[in-house]
Amino acid sequence: MEDTIRFFIDGVQVTAAAGQTVMKAADAAGIYIPRLCDTEGLKPQGSCRVCVVKMNGRTVASCTQPALADAVVESETDEIRNYRRDLVRMLFHEGNHLCPICEASGRCELQAMGYRLGITQATKYPYLQPVRPVDASHPDIVLDTNRCILCGRCIRASRDVDGKNVFEYVGRGIHKKVGVNGANLADTDASIDDKAININTCPVGCIIQKGRGFFAPIGKREFDQHPIGHQISRRRKETP
Amino acid sequence: MNQAIEQSKKQAVIEICARFGNDRTRLLDILLAVQSRFRCVEPALMASIAEQVGSYRVEVEGMVSFYAFFSTEPLGEVTIRLCDDIIDRHSGVEEIAGVFAESLGVRPGETSADGRFSLLCTPCIGMSDQAPAGLFNGRVITNLTVPFARAIADQLVSGVDPAALELPLGDGNNTHPLIHSMVRNNIRLTGEVLLAGISPEAGLNNALARSPKLVIDEIDRARLTGRGGAGYPTGQKWRIAAETPASQRYIFCNADEGEPGTFKDRVLLTERAGLMIEGMTLAAYAVSAGQGVIYLRNEYAYLREYLQSILDSRRKQGLLGSAIGGHRGFDFDIRIQLGAGAYICGEESALISSCEGLRGEPKTRPPFPVQSGYLGCPTVVDNVETFCCAARILDQGAAWFRSLGTEGSSGTRLLSVSGDCERPGIYELPFGISVKNLLELAGAQDAAAVQIGGASGEMINMSQFGRRICNEDLHTGGSIMVFSARRNILEIVEYFLDFFIDESCGYCTPCRVGNVFLRKRIDKIRQGLCQLEDLDYLRELGRTIAETSRCGLGHTSPNPVLTTLKNFPLVYAALLKKSKDGMQAAFDIQSALEESRHLAKRRSMIYDPTYDDSPRE
Repeated sequence: MEDTIRFFIDGVQVTAAAGQTVMKAADAAGIYIPRLCDTEGLKPQGSCRVCVVKMNGRTVASCTQPALADAVVESETDEIRNYRRDLVRMLFHEGNHLCPICEASGRCELQAMGYRLGITQATKYPYLQPVRPVDASHPDIVLDTNRCILCGRCIRASRDVDGKNVFEYVGRGIHKKVGVNGANLADTDASIDDKAININTCPVGCIIQKGRGFFAPIGKREFDQHPIGHQISRRRKETP
Repeated sequence: MNQAIEQSKKQAVIEICARFGNDRTRLLDILLAVQSRFRCVEPALMASIAEQVGSYRVEVEGMVSFYAFFSTEPLGEVTIRLCDDIIDRHSGVEEIAGVFAESLGVRPGETSADGRFSLLCTPCIGMSDQAPAGLFNGRVITNLTVPFARAIADQLVSGVDPAALELPLGDGNNTHPLIHSMVRNNIRLTGEVLLAGISPEAGLNNALARSPKLVIDEIDRARLTGRGGAGYPTGQKWRIAAETPASQRYIFCNADEGEPGTFKDRVLLTERAGLMIEGMTLAAYAVSAGQGVIYLRNEYAYLREYLQSILDSRRKQGLLGSAIGGHRGFDFDIRIQLGAGAYICGEESALISSCEGLRGEPKTRPPFPVQSGYLGCPTVVDNVETFCCAARILDQGAAWFRSLGTEGSSGTRLLSVSGDCERPGIYELPFGISVKNLLELAGAQDAAAVQIGGASGEMINMSQFGRRICNEDLHTGGSIMVFSARRNILEIVEYFLDFFIDESCGYCTPCRVGNVFLRKRIDKIRQGLCQLEDLDYLRELGRTIAETSRCGLGHTSPNPVLTTLKNFPLVYAALLKKSKDGMQAAFDIQSALEESRHLAKRRSMIYDPTYDDSPRE
């Protein structure tokens, strides 16, 4: 058992393969650590910071931080929950997130994360209200970057899975956004079958498939029945 | 006709790319060359560039839109970048900008219709000791006064190229034909380590006479810590790089001196370039690195040819190249990488990204650059001053170095003093000097606040002037900005936040978004629209940004707010509104209604007591 280490998340002993991230090890153990920019099948980039935990007293992103032997990781503490709430609020306020009219409502990870973290009313931050043109040039896809949370999942999926480079970050700071490899989306080789366009890749309602809107009725949408992360935390309950 | 122009532009781009071997990792150099050739990187040319180097169009756009010195619209034949650092603002840069705007017929931030002039602002260009200053097609002009600015403007209007302007010459090597600049060193105090006499190559010769391991041991024993700001033990850094198995290792010199109010590396690059390169060379020997890079900020491009000549002459002397100092198997050479206007590139992993032809975004750590840096190889990134110290330690010995300074901070420190004082400039002092003593040396009798360590540092009040500058107390990358009681603390805080908002790479949420929220609330406080709870808001938000950001920029970006809240509470208290009725004092129903009034084209029946419902147009 040389290649595995053990460490603790909120007092629960967890094992990890050498070099495995805190989040991967937690997932396997059925401990859900909230996250937005990270998703199964893509290389983690640690940009949304929602998955922050304290490891041996230092704040780190659990999606990129390798687990250390005997480390003490704090995840569900008041301090960390407050950070996560602040970060999710920042993302809500940075873009235009009008849940009632958004096609992604009910399956939106940002919305679901808001509920999970108990953000149920107007928050303290100002709204930045970006005004970016919507790109509906592509026959099958609409791109509304006013709802983008800059998670970069579409960028990584296009580059690393589809081998296409349809998307890339442009600009910097608060002006940073996702750009497309052409004059508009129709000018790129994006296709409805791309992993980057897949409905599960964009966590919000930024990439929308035309002709498929509001396909699940209220009550049957992804997060209507269970909070975000339940598939991971369920694993723990199932383990004897 | 147009097609012919397009074609010739494409041809030029192809030639530029070929000049850099169509190497994807040299994209920064390629884009700098395109920008300098066409005064912009036209979107239409991005696809051609991408094609040549095996990249893709939007990636090139990502680069161009990241660095401040690139533009997609042509800049003027003469591009003026005035430094609008806080020190320059206090020295009247706004008035200077007004003079240029009026004389050149161009509004600040814009390019004149005839394409002759661009008048732009840029953050600290490392000339705070001779503010206000600016870059004129890269040429530095300092100590701008209204008559001086007018005289320059007149010449520019009459068609004189900035390079041909007749200006007074500075001192020291600034008079060297390859620098030929009016910049002054303003060395006010020379210390034993760096600015007093040195014996060239003594450190390198001593290093080459012992084993690489013993060189690192000597640096360890001297307890040299990084001079860039983070203060990491240098010997430990070198040791990890040396011990990480690799076929190639790199030595990077961080000359991207961007922390507002710092200009000591400018002086070292001018007066101690040989010593710095000597330090890089012995570091290469210690960790067995084959290649080095000097990452020179674009604001210091005026020093490039001079630095290049130093590298050339060292090659001729056998101090760079193969078998250095007759040491068979020790091959090492250095190239200069010019930056393109991005403070974040002073962060070591962002600096590496930039050299790889990427957006200057910090890399995920671990792995650390000393394990996996430039092109995945172990890379030592150290500050200009750190390399100079290393060369001196190998010359004079660790014991000598440790005899200077304090127990926890060996050696001397170059302090860049600017602002409200009689003698701004460079002071080389042993670690441990008190702020009070430094202020006396600089002639800052009426100092009321001192910003230690630049925008990311700490602002201290008069009762704290007894504190000492060293790793154990006040940590600094070298910037000391002095403010008298005439200055508005919150204006300074607001300026620093604007700086961080502009310079954040935008990679992570807290730094990208949180600083904008901090800035908005400070603005509200300045307008007198806040109450006590708003200070808690600032503290909590500041803490979230500091704790959850991905790199040092984000970790330190709330410092202007957090340290002034702690050290200048009365400044905030004086601006707070008291709530009489327990309701939010900050909420102003009248201004909240303004937008609705405008849209409805009528006034509120409830909130406008003098409501008049007669029809309006």
